[in-house]
Amino acid sequence: MTVDSTAARKPRGGKRAGAKKPAAGAGEPELVQLLTPEGERVEHPDYAIDVTPEELRGLYRDMVLTRRFDGEATTLQRQGELGLWASLLGQEAAQIGSGRATRDDDYVFPTYREHGVAWCRGVDPTNLLGMFRGVNNGGWDPNENNFHLYTIVIGSQALHATGYAMGITKDGADSAVIAYFGDGATSQGDVAEAFTFAAVYNAPVVFFCQNNQWAISEPTEKQTRVPLYRRAQGYGFPGVRVDGNDVLACLAVTRAALERARTGQGPTFVEAFTYRMGAHTTSDDPTRYRRDEERELWEAKDPILRLRRHLEREGLADAEFFAALEAESDALAKRVRETVRAMPDPDSTAIFENIYADGHALVDEEREQFIAYQASFADEESK
Amino acid sequence: MATEKLSIAKAINASLRTALENDPKVVIMGEDVGKLGGVFRVTDGLQKDFGEERVIDTPLAESGIVGTAIGLALRGYRPVVEIQFDGFVFPAYDQIVTQLAKMHARALGKIKMPVVVRIPYGGAIGAVEHHSESPESLFAHVAGLKIVSPSNASDAYWMLQQAIQSDDPVIYFEPKRRYHDRSEVDTDAIPGPLHTARTVRQGTDLTLAAYGPMVKTCLEAAAAAAEEGKNLEVLDLRSISPIDFDAIQASVERTRRLVVVHEAPVFFGSGAEIAARITERCFYHLEAPVLRVGGYHAPYPPSRLEDEYLPGLDRVLDAVDRALAY
Ligand SMILES: Cc1ncc(C[n+]2csc(CCOP(=O)(O)OP(=O)(O)O)c2C)c(N)n1
Repeated sequence: MTVDSTAARKPRGGKRAGAKKPAAGAGEPELVQLLTPEGERVEHPDYAIDVTPEELRGLYRDMVLTRRFDGEATTLQRQGELGLWASLLGQEAAQIGSGRATRDDDYVFPTYREHGVAWCRGVDPTNLLGMFRGVNNGGWDPNENNFHLYTIVIGSQALHATGYAMGITKDGADSAVIAYFGDGATSQGDVAEAFTFAAVYNAPVVFFCQNNQWAISEPTEKQTRVPLYRRAQGYGFPGVRVDGNDVLACLAVTRAALERARTGQGPTFVEAFTYRMGAHTTSDDPTRYRRDEERELWEAKDPILRLRRHLEREGLADAEFFAALEAESDALAKRVRETVRAMPDPDSTAIFENIYADGHALVDEEREQFIAYQASFADEESK
Repeated sequence: MATEKLSIAKAINASLRTALENDPKVVIMGEDVGKLGGVFRVTDGLQKDFGEERVIDTPLAESGIVGTAIGLALRGYRPVVEIQFDGFVFPAYDQIVTQLAKMHARALGKIKMPVVVRIPYGGAIGAVEHHSESPESLFAHVAGLKIVSPSNASDAYWMLQQAIQSDDPVIYFEPKRRYHDRSEVDTDAIPGPLHTARTVRQGTDLTLAAYGPMVKTCLEAAAAAAEEGKNLEVLDLRSISPIDFDAIQASVERTRRLVVVHEAPVFFGSGAEIAARITERCFYHLEAPVLRVGGYHAPYPPSRLEDEYLPGLDRVLDAVDRALAY
């Protein structure tokens, strides 16, 4: 294990209030931080950010509602309403910070865990649940919010994002693309190839890696021997490591990276250093490979608590605000619950829908046979 | 120990354990195969007992897993790699098809490729997309690979032993929906050849040919048909490449009717190959065209529709009725 990757497992937070530059020790990767776990604002020379109290409250609201939605989905899975759920617990700041940095005309390519980014893009959260309930394999129109479908095959979407970004350049447009993936995904060939294409074609794409420390049971050390953000250097574009539990730092760093992309300066790799507080998915059992103390360590850096401390410390939100948000959360949870429970199973002929844009004779034939076969049972029953 | 009742998953685990014990050149590789014991716990406990050098948690890279397994095989190892789910084998498809399958031929027979690729496959577990597919015919079309799929614990144990001992690459498809089905495993038995089919039920009226997850479905269909006075034979093909056409032919010459059942789409599927060859071999014996039951020419559907998509008892029996009606 290299010095760097040892350090990578223990990011510094906390005792850095007022420091001009993060106090990175020798050989320790630099972590952009603007808000300490205690909720104190700190400066970073490269990432100044001005946020109004209203924006701060907005970011807080986004994170709280996202967490509540995520928690509700986990509960719905436990109640048998969803087949599976991939929780984002702990990754709210990375997702809301980066998601709020995007512009409407930007295009987002998520993996399967970007519920907070979807929220920022205006995708109705209940749309995200269809795939996990097993009623569809996608569930929304990607062009409605420039938020692409969830991708299960690890790393595939990094290439789609890059190609889309290449298209933006060809069109002479000034929007940008952001591609999300996990630390495990950085080992996939597709991600490496995306880096190559993005660099060579100077594509306006931001690669946003949420390093949540684990790829199911495998720690990041099983994917890399150097801090991930340094990978970018070898491809010829900048890599930045940001405190993924700090919503302001995530916002500032992603904003800057998107701006670089928009102004023709090419791709950036952002490594949001964060933690998956829950299981990989509801089918996973982290007790087989992970120590409880690790989670406790990260609970102390909770992204939501951190901003709450800041809001309270600076007197930017009062009890009324928090109470209203609580009520809003309850209402969201209720709506999600009711919508999911009312979600009908698809009509069985949906198997044959949308397979080809131009149609296909074999599909037509099989659909007819299927309908006739189904009808034969109805005939039996009516006899 | 000789005979024990094991689930298919436990039988595979026992088989891997035996292989690790018997041959220091055997290594297990894959995502989460170590501490977690794989997402299906098939490799449970192996890393604990054989160490990280023999049971290797790999980076999350399927092309890398198979590509490095090829390199290890060149160096004299016998890698057994796990692909986590059927739909994730495709990043490795290039390595399997363009390299693994052809290396022996290209080296004029001078190099051997004793690599086993284990793939949990098939549906009916209520999963999200890419976790329920049956890509066997995409591999069977490629010369140089052997493709097998066990349907019970004994075969799971022994076919994996044989696959690991084989000097050719073997794709070993594990019927994940049957992982917990238990049956007797005799670890002292002398198994038959890897590529032979087995008659798992004798009958006179029609032959059902299946492999992997569909063998049980066909046995259930045969039991249901028996109640209606139909006497069906069930063949477990066990191997998809090669296919034991002699066994199918012998059965069809007696029963004169054949229905092939698999989960994969019927179009260009293994059933098409069987139908064509058996029609050639048994043209004058057949009383009905060879019928196929399988998936549609559609992407594997969301889980709430998988029962409609997958061949179940009713669809098998429907095909049986159609074949018998000729
Ligand atoms: C190509 C491919 N291989 C394997 C899997 C199975 N799988 C799903 S998620 C996962 C771990 C992903 O880890 P990471 O990229 O770090 O993302 P995280 O889920 O931690 O956010 C694996 C191995 C997959 N979905 N796709």
